[in-house]
Amino acid sequence: MDRFRMIFQYFQSNSESVMNGICGLLALASVKMYTCFDFSCPCLTRYNMAYGLGIMFIPAIALFLCGLILNRQSLVMLEEWRRPQGHRKKDLAVIRYMCSSIMQRAMVAPVVWIIVTLLDGKCLICAFSGSVDPEKFVGLDNTTLVQVQQLLAKVPCKDDELMRNNTSRKAVSRYLRSWSQALGWSILLILIVAAFLARWLRPCFNQATLLQARHWSNYIDIEQKIFEETCCEHSRLFAHKCILHFFESMRREITLHSFSLPREGQEAEGEECLLRGITDQDQVNKLLKTWYYEKPPLDVSQV
Amino acid sequence: MDKFRMIFQFLQSNQESFMNGICGIMALASAQMYSAFDFNCPCLPRYNLAYGLGILLVPPFILFLLGFVLNNNVSMLAEEWRRPRGQRGKDPAVLRYMFCSMAQRAMIAPVVWVSVTLLDGKCITCAFCTLVPVETLGNASHSGLSQGAMKRVLARIPCKEIYDGQELIANEVAIRYLRCVSQALGWCFVLLMTTLAFLVRSLRPCFTQAAFLKSRYWSHYIDIERKLFDETCTEHAKSFAKVCIQQFFEGMSTDLVAAHCHPPRKAPADVGEAAEKLLGITDQGTMNTALKSWHKCKPPLHLHPPALHSSNGWAGEEQPPPHPPVPRREMAAYYSRV
Repeated sequence: MDRFRMIFQYFQSNSESVMNGICGLLALASVKMYTCFDFSCPCLTRYNMAYGLGIMFIPAIALFLCGLILNRQSLVMLEEWRRPQGHRKKDLAVIRYMCSSIMQRAMVAPVVWIIVTLLDGKCLICAFSGSVDPEKFVGLDNTTLVQVQQLLAKVPCKDDELMRNNTSRKAVSRYLRSWSQALGWSILLILIVAAFLARWLRPCFNQATLLQARHWSNYIDIEQKIFEETCCEHSRLFAHKCILHFFESMRREITLHSFSLPREGQEAEGEECLLRGITDQDQVNKLLKTWYYEKPPLDVSQV
Repeated sequence: MDKFRMIFQFLQSNQESFMNGICGIMALASAQMYSAFDFNCPCLPRYNLAYGLGILLVPPFILFLLGFVLNNNVSMLAEEWRRPRGQRGKDPAVLRYMFCSMAQRAMIAPVVWVSVTLLDGKCITCAFCTLVPVETLGNASHSGLSQGAMKRVLARIPCKEIYDGQELIANEVAIRYLRCVSQALGWCFVLLMTTLAFLVRSLRPCFTQAAFLKSRYWSHYIDIERKLFDETCTEHAKSFAKVCIQQFFEGMSTDLVAAHCHPPRKAPADVGEAAEKLLGITDQGTMNTALKSWHKCKPPLHLHPPALHSSNGWAGEEQPPPHPPVPRREMAAYYSRV
């Protein structure tokens, strides 16, 4: 429990950590989505390629857009980019830094989806089963072209009546799966090497500019958060003053209209103070009605 | 248990986080509802379309309305929209902002339902099984069936146990085809929705940032003001009730002293706090009378000023006097303790 709370607090303490957390969650969500998704290849000649490649790329694009939407910093960056200059100059290096860090984080989930897809192999088997060379496989080379195409298109469907006990189906399937897994592992290796090189070689180029850009992008983020918090606090105080002013003005009006003598010399006890001079069912009803029909103006300057 | 409490506290700390939390819960609930739902295609020509499209479209509509119902801010929006102008102007931009943010949050659960339904494929398979292209996928010409008979056969595609058209078109082929179409539609729908959300979120800072900041501040203000007003009224009601009940008990004890013709007991100087809290009611009969009169004759909602100990005007079974129409102060002077 303590460990969980510590992890939670660590993630909340820094806005970059929050974004890394969201990035990780999206990556896990993409793996979970793939395992829940019921892949069913149509096993028809023209539809296979479209379905296979569609399942590989369309969810990746959707996950990329999700990564951009869920990242708070993308809004901050856009605001900084589009704001009028005013008294504060705009630093393009900061905007570029923010943009690149947002893109890097948004790319994690789609890359995870594509790699999981390739390592699993079903998408590539579905998409490219019609494109293998039938002469390489026994049992597929002595029929007409159209029939070969149809047979190959049915390779991804293990339960199809034509394919149930076909050994060449297993051969084609294994062949395509090995290609798919090789591609998946190669992409993973290339990406990890690229990330490693980028992190190691970065201090050799322009470290000072990078430090500045990172500092100011953090600053802009924090400044916006604090502005929002200050506005919240201000609106709370404003509302409090406005309501007290309203109760006070109601009390004055009631005293004026009921012609009763002002209470002199009575020290307000605790409860009487909270009653604010409203001590009657009719007075309460009048107060509530006035609150609805004539809300007080948004002006607490004379309080 | 602690974990849930912490997550709950984190979500409640910020009003927006709380609404996002409710949003996420509804989305998960809609996915769970779909997996718990037992889909049963009727496998009859005209009913399939109605059933399939009904399951696809009616629950999202209900979830959308539920999203509005569960949102506390709906009543705030309605109140702000309908209130008379009074001394405070109305800003339509604020109303629009409030409505848009509520609608966006309410859209999430229906979108999740439609996506999960399309990606699963059962609804589309049921609804459109009679439209499968039999000429390309099966043997339409060989069967010699009339249109109506063929439609009846095709309508049974989703129900594998009673399907009898294996020569017309293989069951697995048809189901694979329909499921592929459904999943393609599902992913395109997901992509379309995420693109729309992305555009809505990213175009706003480019065009209307100043107006947005204004609307957000004032919509937040209206929410806080309403909450603070409710809190102030609750505090006032508590104090009102306390003073009213205190005055009732004081009135009771004064009445009873007057009725029994006892001189008021001079309380000893060092009476304890507990004796003070007894409010002058110190025996069973008196207490019973107090309880009975609380039930039969509740005091009027009108507090006396604290200096005067006026009685309730009666003790025992008689009817209470009618509520005095003029300020009580003048009347109180005529009640004397005899």
